Amino acid sequence: MSAREQRTRASPPYRPDPDGTHPPLDSPGYRSTALRHPVRRPLTLPQSVTEITGPVLGEGRIGERDNDLTVQHPGEPIGQRIVVHGRVLDGDGRAVPNSLVEIWQANAGGRYRHDADVWPCPLDPNFDGVGRTLTDEHGRYEFTTIKPGAYPWKNHHNAWRPAHIHFSLFGRSFTQRLVTQMYFPDDPLFDQDPIFNSVPEAARSRLVSRFDMNRTTDHWALGFEFDIVLRGREATPFEDDDHDH
Amino acid sequence: MTTSSTLPSTPSQTVGPYLHIGLTWQDGPFVVPEGTPSSVWLRGRVLDGAGEPITDALVETWQCDEHGRFAHPEDPRSAEIDSGFRGFGRSDTRSGEYGILTVVPGRVPDRTGVPQAPHVDVSVFARGMLHRVVTRVYFADRPEANAADPVLSTVPRDRRQTLLARPSADGYTFDVHVQGEYETVFFDV
Ligand SMILES: [Fe+2]
Repeated sequence: MSAREQRTRASPPYRPDPDGTHPPLDSPGYRSTALRHPVRRPLTLPQSVTEITGPVLGEGRIGERDNDLTVQHPGEPIGQRIVVHGRVLDGDGRAVPNSLVEIWQANAGGRYRHDADVWPCPLDPNFDGVGRTLTDEHGRYEFTTIKPGAYPWKNHHNAWRPAHIHFSLFGRSFTQRLVTQMYFPDDPLFDQDPIFNSVPEAARSRLVSRFDMNRTTDHWALGFEFDIVLRGREATPFEDDDHDH
Repeated sequence: MTTSSTLPSTPSQTVGPYLHIGLTWQDGPFVVPEGTPSSVWLRGRVLDGAGEPITDALVETWQCDEHGRFAHPEDPRSAEIDSGFRGFGRSDTRSGEYGILTVVPGRVPDRTGVPQAPHVDVSVFARGMLHRVVTRVYFADRPEANAADPVLSTVPRDRRQTLLARPSADGYTFDVHVQGEYETVFFDV
């Protein structure tokens, strides 16, 4: 087989997500979507080599303290110390190893270290709210951080975002790219949040982390577990997708 | 293959207004290192349905090198790629436009072996967008390759120009119209 034929045939495409997985881009409750959603139907892009490959990043991009947001300054940040951990899996339950995970979040009071965040809540001099790590060979990741606070926004009167951590994932292909938000169990602000509720109801629980007593450390930190699932691949009639050598 | 039940994907959420603290990289725009011969700047605005530039968007690009090689283990020729070629670019739009330093990619086949025209895959994220939108950049000065491209040929003729980057002073210009009369063609991938 020529190199071209190999590249054409070797790697199976990724399965589409069924309806009901992701929020619609046109979600009127979240007012900013009004002028920011395409009106025309998207066309289908058959997955060629461009789509089944993707950036494999990280080596050299991760600093030693990048997955511990509580040790990036001389002092410790204020707030509830937590460990957020989980696995990045594909739709067949296979680990997604060595892939970049980026997070960003508000501090314990609900304020981001960002020019545009100006609501009257103090910044924490010891907290940036930015982390990154690589999944290990089993797809595992872990961050130590501070539980973010809720914060107000202007979507409607007295609108508050439930506490959340922003997650960015690359997986192993352009097709698997995902940006999402992780929430905390039983947040009383869920009901009034149009961003959380933009997700079809049956899928919402996938955005909520699980309190994890096993990873809660005595006199140190509360544990939360959040597994992330990226799209899996179509079945292939021949097992030739083992490139990990 | 053994049978296995599949896991449903984690839903997408918006990057929100504070994406920059988490997703901006100093070297984000450099698909190729500065000073690479034949490098070009791909620049453009991301516009909303009122024609206003979106300044809290993030544009990411993915492409092969000039010889059609991807910096990815599933490309058997990835080992031949010049070190420094990343294939991936990322730029925010705080200045009113994004900018990516890159090279015009080579041609790669589709799944049936038909050569595609040079193209760059693009993801756009923003506050107010609950999921990324995906489009492709083609190059207006490659009309013959474009005319034979198997993806462009599925796009209604009167909308194909929304996928064409136009030559500019230092490379190419490609605006993304998220909504409106000139709405860009987006893809389900
Ligand atoms: Fe947020």
